[in-house]
Amino acid sequence: MIDALIVAALLAMMAAIAVAIVRQRNLFGVIVLFGAYSFIMATTLAALDAPDVAMTEAAVGAGISTVLMLGALHLVKTMEAKPAEGAIGPLVVVILVGVLVAYGTLGLPSFSDPQSPIHRHVAPRYLEEGLKETGVPNIVTAVLASYRGYDTLGETTVVFTAGIGVIALLRRRRRQEPGK
Amino acid sequence: MNDIVLRVVGKLLIPFAVLFALYVQFHGDFGPGGGFQAGVIVAAAVVFYALIYGLAEARRVVPDRVVEAMVALGVLLYAGVGVAGIVLGGNYLDYFVLHANPVEGQHRGIFWVEAGVAITVSGVMLKIFYLFAGRGRDEPPVP
Repeated sequence: MIDALIVAALLAMMAAIAVAIVRQRNLFGVIVLFGAYSFIMATTLAALDAPDVAMTEAAVGAGISTVLMLGALHLVKTMEAKPAEGAIGPLVVVILVGVLVAYGTLGLPSFSDPQSPIHRHVAPRYLEEGLKETGVPNIVTAVLASYRGYDTLGETTVVFTAGIGVIALLRRRRRQEPGK
Repeated sequence: MNDIVLRVVGKLLIPFAVLFALYVQFHGDFGPGGGFQAGVIVAAAVVFYALIYGLAEARRVVPDRVVEAMVALGVLLYAGVGVAGIVLGGNYLDYFVLHANPVEGQHRGIFWVEAGVAITVSGVMLKIFYLFAGRGRDEPPVP
């Protein structure tokens, strides 16, 4: 009960910050609010007993991305430009998509239902045999690095590809081409 | 930035940030954390250093050459663990064959795999930061 209250309060704060982000025209303020949003997201994940994800969210979402966005802000104007068109069309699209997403969630099993299919497929085996097979008490690490090693290899390759893409786009050329 | 408070606090905190990253890396088997988190924390420590002492100084401490090598090295290490499984007579990414004792083999496999993840993640994060922060300083402003 108290857990649900804490999570609900945190989610309400996140919604309030999201509204503030939309209303804020100063991009520096927006970035600071993004950082606050990520920190509350991390707190929510910690409250939901997911410390591994909370740690990632705090470090990547609130830490590194804030610095990267500040670095990007250094290159552009600090005030958001006035939108070229009215807000009615986008508002209709957003409300429609929101209603559709909310309708879609009705088909999901209820939150943390132990009988939902995702918890009855391979998860019980991981939980029961994980410590015996891998000797690693943190089941998250065991699943991530061992049982789902292929997925993590793919994930690391995605990070690698993202890095290579940014290097290819932003790296300064060593030689100036003649005639340019 | 020439703020004495930031410089002193940075000097005090950055070693502990790196130490915490190592804890998160090597204690990931028992507590929360692992390669991804540790890599990001290492990158964040260097970003912190660059914010206080300047980008040029950070690039001197952690040169671009090293960072770019790390980007590729981590993935190669991870994939190499997989190949080691094949060489030792198992399947790709099979950790059981890495040691005579299967549980010990799992430990060994997870250790090196997590090390690979940490190396690539910290390299990519740092490289992206270097590229973003280094832009626009000596280039003409875009009209």
